Amino acid sequence: MYSFDFLRPTTLAEAAEALARDEALALGGGQTLIPTLKQRLASPSVLVSLGAIAEMKGICRNDAGQICIGGGTTHATVAAELAESYPAMAALAGQIGDPAVRNRGTIGGSLANNDPAACYPAGVLGSKSLIVTNTREIAVDDFFQGMFTTDLESGEIITEVRVAVPDRANYQKFVQPASRFAMVGVFVAQYSDGVRVAVTGASQDGVFRWTEAEAALSAHFDASALDGLSVAADDLIADLHGSAEYRAHLIKVMTARAVKAA
Amino acid sequence: MPKDHGVGASSKRREDIRFLTGRGRYTDDVNQFGQTYAVFARSDVAHANIRSIDTSAAEAMPGVVAIFTGEDFKDVGGNPAGWLINSRNGEPMREPKRPVLAHGKVRHVGDAYAAVIAETYAQARDAVEAIVVDFEELPALVDMAASLADTTVRVHDELPDNQCFDWGWIEDNRTKVDEAIRNAPHVTTLHLVNNRLVPNAMEPRASIGEYDPGTGDYKLTTTSQNPHLTRLLVAAFVMGIPEHKLTVIAPDVGGGFGSKIYHYGEEALVLAAARKLGRPVKWTAERNESFLTDAHGRDHVTKIELACEKDGTFIAFRTETMANVGAYLSNFSTATPTFLHGTLMAGNYKVPNVYVNVKAVFTNTAPVDAYRGAGRPEATYSLERVIDKAARELGIDPVAIRRMNFIQPDQFPYTTPVGLQYDVGNYDATMDKLLEISDAAGFEARRAEAASRGMLRGLGINSYIEACGIAPSHLVGQLGARVGLFDAATVRVNATGNISVMTGAHSHGQGHETAFAQVVAGMLGIPEASVDIVHGDTSKIPFGMGSYGSRSLAVCGSAIVKATDKIIAKAKKIAAHMLEASDGDIELKDGRFSVAGTDKGLDWGAVCLSAYVPHNYPLTELEPGLEETAFYDPANFTYPSGAYACEVEVDPDTGKVKICSFAAADDFGNIVNPMIVDGQVHGGIGQGIGQALLEAAAYDDMGQLVSGSFMDYAMPRADDLPFYQVDHSCQTPCTHNPLGVKGCGEAGAIGSPPAVVNAVIDALQRGGMAHVTHIDMPLSPARVWAAMQG
Ligand SMILES: Cc1cc2nc3c(=O)[nH]c(=O)nc-3n(C[C@H](O)[C@H](O)[C@H](O)COP(=O)(O)OP(=O)(O)OC[C@H]3O[C@@H](n4cnc5c(N)ncnc54)[C@H](O)[C@@H]3O)c2cc1C
Repeated sequence: MYSFDFLRPTTLAEAAEALARDEALALGGGQTLIPTLKQRLASPSVLVSLGAIAEMKGICRNDAGQICIGGGTTHATVAAELAESYPAMAALAGQIGDPAVRNRGTIGGSLANNDPAACYPAGVLGSKSLIVTNTREIAVDDFFQGMFTTDLESGEIITEVRVAVPDRANYQKFVQPASRFAMVGVFVAQYSDGVRVAVTGASQDGVFRWTEAEAALSAHFDASALDGLSVAADDLIADLHGSAEYRAHLIKVMTARAVKAA
Repeated sequence: MPKDHGVGASSKRREDIRFLTGRGRYTDDVNQFGQTYAVFARSDVAHANIRSIDTSAAEAMPGVVAIFTGEDFKDVGGNPAGWLINSRNGEPMREPKRPVLAHGKVRHVGDAYAAVIAETYAQARDAVEAIVVDFEELPALVDMAASLADTTVRVHDELPDNQCFDWGWIEDNRTKVDEAIRNAPHVTTLHLVNNRLVPNAMEPRASIGEYDPGTGDYKLTTTSQNPHLTRLLVAAFVMGIPEHKLTVIAPDVGGGFGSKIYHYGEEALVLAAARKLGRPVKWTAERNESFLTDAHGRDHVTKIELACEKDGTFIAFRTETMANVGAYLSNFSTATPTFLHGTLMAGNYKVPNVYVNVKAVFTNTAPVDAYRGAGRPEATYSLERVIDKAARELGIDPVAIRRMNFIQPDQFPYTTPVGLQYDVGNYDATMDKLLEISDAAGFEARRAEAASRGMLRGLGINSYIEACGIAPSHLVGQLGARVGLFDAATVRVNATGNISVMTGAHSHGQGHETAFAQVVAGMLGIPEASVDIVHGDTSKIPFGMGSYGSRSLAVCGSAIVKATDKIIAKAKKIAAHMLEASDGDIELKDGRFSVAGTDKGLDWGAVCLSAYVPHNYPLTELEPGLEETAFYDPANFTYPSGAYACEVEVDPDTGKVKICSFAAADDFGNIVNPMIVDGQVHGGIGQGIGQALLEAAAYDDMGQLVSGSFMDYAMPRADDLPFYQVDHSCQTPCTHNPLGVKGCGEAGAIGSPPAVVNAVIDALQRGGMAHVTHIDMPLSPARVWAAMQG
């Protein structure tokens, strides 16, 4: 690590002010950022921990029936508290990393980071979601903008994620053997007005919606609806762990499994 | 009733109390007064000429006390190769110098070209970033065939074809073997890769150098499997320090798997820096340095042919192998692909013709050396894969084809065509035991049940043999070793009868402190708790050769037995004097000396006390004291063998392989501690499954290690592994060491990869994919799926 200042504000306003400093970085659970700092791949002047901001933590339901997850809520809390109200999202959170990662890592940090192999981007894009920040609300379809890139301005803080609960949903994660992030992860959610299918792990552009599958499944929510479909391998990731063709194949397999399990 | 004491008892590992409660003392736990910290500047490119290194900015950084570059070491010796191999044409192998710090050229990513010593670790690390190096980048050689073919790019400028040696074993048999294969009714050919592995010991390498200007004494605390060997290499070969002025201490060491046998430049650097500064200098590797610079394992590309009769009788094996030695020769890198590999290429089989050709190739990658099993896993994998393929081609059951070719119990001692003499064994016995414990008879029902779930289930079975207890010095000397491979022990009996045993073997996870104590306590009939094992400090222990090659119990354990025999002989003389009997009449049983046929006797403690309080003592016949040292050099290798079975299920949709069960029937000869043996086998199989399914040290064309962290290097985790059925009740004791033991540390890693791969191929074949006859390790989901697509 390089040396840096460390702040731990207790209110959003203080945090926003601190993050306005040059080269400031927010610290969520640190499960991505701390390893990055240790490898000297980032050199913030000041690290602003969001961990003491009570208003960013916890889960509730709003009047519209949406689930509101505080941006500083850990994966473990989501896994435990959504088990009844949104089991697919709870299961997704429960499969992230290991207990230590789940007890530290936060949904806000995961979404802000937008790792192309992360799970939450699939769950949140696969649900009808709204990303709430300290300055505005962002429709989830506008939020993810390619791997490690989002619509967030520098210093902007994800304070809450609002998700509408679908009629049924499921997340299928095929793990990369070493990191156990998603090599391909597919989140399928059926709402009364249509199906959403979000795919993570596979694309060079990060999480994306598989619109052909959404259309087919909206017409007929059954794995057989996918039969004629295929995903083009062109923009998919090819690496040590699998070719683009393999990932294209897995997308279809995992989507079918998610539909069956939903 | 299981034994609860002495040899044969599953005594709990006493060392685990400190390991499991965080009280182990590893090199990085040691801090010395006035200590400074070393951090290395390492190449981020695979191959480059060093035009210049500018350290001026770094020198001006806070806390920096010294900076070293290759220039500072150009006059000291290189890190030597411990084993001389001659090529087929009689020429000795090429041994380019391996300097302490790269000089003139960097040859692999991670090659260190400078080191900063500073007051704190962070200051040293900051200063390393301020070193300005000007590289003239050169093309990187990664692929072995390309390296051999390329005469314009040279890892070492003086070696035009990047070849270290071209070895034939046994060269005189070559024509005969060629002819046997030409005339054979059936020949099965297989091309395979034995994948490169990163050892990944839990504890990274670390070293502390100290120098006392008052006495001229040096001390090196370091992560070593063999402190005396490290002392010899760093003192005599590299630094020119008189051996007696250097103490090497290897305290608790958190796993080695081979990678900590070798001397590395960092050890020389901390000593040189300590001498210059008169202050202790500490270095601890970061995990990414471990990935880039610990000697890697395996990395063979092999073509193997098996010639046989139509009925499956073996006629000949012939292999051509390219073995990657990386950018420099690590200490035993030339022995591993040759004498630890080629000599095992007859396997468990009576096959008259065997010929092995190995070309060792320099590449712009990390050095490659012995890793758990070392050469023997490569041999076993090649043999047991090609035998499986041949069985399938000939329509013979894979167990039957092995059995019909097994060397039979009455044929021992058996001399193979590749130069070893197996002393004893019973391969059918372990195969019988395997089929029993793995419930092979129930496989078909399990397969059918799996098929009803849409899963492809397969069964893989193989045998293995290894040469362990490394090794007889007279044999390895003939084969090119530049060291002896004996071991040594001192048994020191204290006045009150308890005992310290100083051993040349070094324990870095194996449980010596427990097992060795069982041996001594059992021989004397005293409680195990009265015996302590001391190891890892050249100022305390006799000159021994350390631990690797499943040698500790077979070689050092034998030295312990010899030394304890001497203790008993002397103690009997003392007892005879005290009991006024002749020493021939003295018996030692359950810790008591008695005169045969009488009720006269003395306890162990009384005799020990009189050795140190010699008031009434036969001083004219015996020296006081009770301490003996013995050196032991074995007559032969030991030959553990066995049979392994693996059952897998392959998901046809994704290619993902799940290990459903794994059974191992091993013949390790006599067993001292069954629980420790179980643990050694479990660990070995875990590593073997890791190699078969998960692990790959992959370099890209630029020579960058793509799997340079645990994000991309897949280590096996608990849930990747099944519960094991392990049996070692088949015992044909080693005929030439006093304990009758053979060694068990590597067997699991040697025998298991072919079982896994055979099982996956079996699953796919049974699933109707006749075109899949081989998949190279690791059998990742993507590779299995790609193979299934044809
Ligand atoms: C061993 C391991 C395994 C893992 N496995 C998985 C897995 O299987 N699936 C998966 O999805 N993830 C996995 N992760 C990543 C994990 O989920 C991280 O917790 C997550 O990606 C980042 O969340 P964090 O709270 O730790 O953020 P941090 O690491 O603290 O921050 C990450 C980035 O987000 C920014 N940030 C943090 N919080 C906010 C906020 N509220 N608003 C705006 N910006 C913010 C930071 O400035 C930083 O740039 C794994 C991590 C580890 C270490």
